[in-house]
Amino acid sequence: MKLTKDAYLSLYETMLRIRFFEETARELMLGGKLGGFLHLYSGEEAIAAGVCSELTKEDCICSTHRGHGHIIAKGGDIHKMMAELYGKATGYSQGKSGSMHIADIGMGIIGANGIVGASIPITNGVAFALRYLKKDAVAVAFFGDGASNRGTFHEALNLASVWNLPTIFICENNHFGMSTPQGRAMKLKRISDRASAYGIAGVTVDGNDPVAVKEATHEAVKRAKSGKGQSLIECVTWRHHGHYIGDPAAYKDPAEQKLWLSEERDPIPRFEARLLKEKVANAEELDGLKNKVRDVISASVAFAESSPDPSPESMYDFVYMPDEA
Amino acid sequence: MATMTYVNAIRDAQRQEMLRDPKVFVAGEDVALMGSSFGQTGGLYEEFGGERVLDTPISEGQIVSLGVGASAMGLRAVLSLDFCDFLGCCMDEVMNQAAKMTYMLGGQMCLPLTIRSNIGGEIGAAAQHSQCLEALFTHLPGLKVVSSSNPRDAKGLLSQAIRDNNPVIVLEHKALNPMTGDVPEGAFTVPFGKIELKKEGKDVSILSWANTLNKCVRAAADLEKDGIDAEVIDVRSLIPLDIDGILASVEKTGRVVIAHEAVETGGYGGEIAAMIADKGFDFLDAPIKRVGAPYTPVPFSGALEKHYQPNEERIIRAVKSLFY
Repeated sequence: MKLTKDAYLSLYETMLRIRFFEETARELMLGGKLGGFLHLYSGEEAIAAGVCSELTKEDCICSTHRGHGHIIAKGGDIHKMMAELYGKATGYSQGKSGSMHIADIGMGIIGANGIVGASIPITNGVAFALRYLKKDAVAVAFFGDGASNRGTFHEALNLASVWNLPTIFICENNHFGMSTPQGRAMKLKRISDRASAYGIAGVTVDGNDPVAVKEATHEAVKRAKSGKGQSLIECVTWRHHGHYIGDPAAYKDPAEQKLWLSEERDPIPRFEARLLKEKVANAEELDGLKNKVRDVISASVAFAESSPDPSPESMYDFVYMPDEA
Repeated sequence: MATMTYVNAIRDAQRQEMLRDPKVFVAGEDVALMGSSFGQTGGLYEEFGGERVLDTPISEGQIVSLGVGASAMGLRAVLSLDFCDFLGCCMDEVMNQAAKMTYMLGGQMCLPLTIRSNIGGEIGAAAQHSQCLEALFTHLPGLKVVSSSNPRDAKGLLSQAIRDNNPVIVLEHKALNPMTGDVPEGAFTVPFGKIELKKEGKDVSILSWANTLNKCVRAAADLEKDGIDAEVIDVRSLIPLDIDGILASVEKTGRVVIAHEAVETGGYGGEIAAMIADKGFDFLDAPIKRVGAPYTPVPFSGALEKHYQPNEERIIRAVKSLFY
């Protein structure tokens, strides 16, 4: 795949936005400023960046408990995200969702989800609606290796296939379902092998290479939009932190952890090296982008901290939507 | 006005709403080719085609999720899960997804989603095809829950559910399927949150819904012979509940019997009783009495099942126990 300089830098910037957002959220939580659960996406940025770079605004995504990266890559508003993490009235859900349930329907972000595997079949509902409404668009489900053991995964691949829905399944294989290594939870080595059971395309790619992910997604979108079928793309990656902040991840092999966090494996320094080597950009340009993204994240923290708390009576809003007039 | 069966009223509601709104679609177990187990979707596939009437795999989680995703995008999903007992296969999708999305997303997402399902026994269907599980759903903020006792309400409540902007659980009682009654023709709705006064009376308020409601009407006729003038109320909309309508009746009669086919322990009758005790204690001349199924799964044998569901005799006994 031949990419323009803008396309390369856009992938890079998206990954930076995710990483800086996540690491900032981590510091804020460790500093006692954020409550709840935070499941960080650090280390997996290349997947969200690569996939979403192939999507239009009309295309939709459904995400997971580890959803910040997907939302940022699909164009979510960082200020509203940060404010939601703070539980403020200016957050995406006015403080009702926290980290795990952020959505932006107008941007095609149909929602993160706190239940592992739940968003996979919901994505089919979105895909069904896109087709019903005659939109030339796809719906993308993000989920992890652990979720591929849930019945929802299997029900969803089966329905997408038999109804020929424009659904794309992105399995982020970070090797652990919470603490349980993949090998203790399934006999298969390649999760993409599960695709053949449902008569759909399955491929495994390097999930720490945004271009490899982008290329696989490009093919999947083409296939889905032309009615030729669904794809299961397994993106092999590594979660830098524990399952959530507070999980020391003692179950990880230290040597493996070190390897995946090295400059050769970590998707961001690795991509940086490639950009420099291929002379897409010079170090100064990349530093400039870093500073720009840092400023965006800092501004989101300032926005969140200066935002009001939701009023107590707002607790009762939106249990139900009002009836049609 | 047309005379039709309960089943045909359910079918007519879906047909009318599909005619009215092209965004309404029907999906679920055996809804298309077969027209559902009891014929509730018969003819819809032939009339509206496979794009709007869809047989699904037996994948209950996926069926409800289909509705969640599609309704989030602006469609109106009418999902059939045949037997209420099967909702156990998709409780996450009902409880954590459909019920909570609108709230969790701060009102960004509207979920016009209807789940139709059969409740009730008396047809020898045993413990996994006969339950009345309304109390599971009334406990989940974000869901609306309705249950009809006659063809007119079966059509009107289902039509209203399809037009509602929230997930609605519509519980249809399978023993009522052959029941006939007058039903308005064309598009017709029954509003949620309004009781229906089936019989006026001054001595006792009998509250009920679904099949048991009809037994209460018959029990009230018998009670009249004994000089007890019972008021019979079809609660029909469990969430939202017309507690004001109920309290107005209790204020008049001073006595309450709540009868339902669900297991009495933890049943929705207990919640209504608590609300009455809380808001209408001063109206009461006697304890609130509940009539429900015993604390057992639904048995198969007709010899056992006839002792299981509340019947007229038990309702009458409960009413009479309040006059001392």
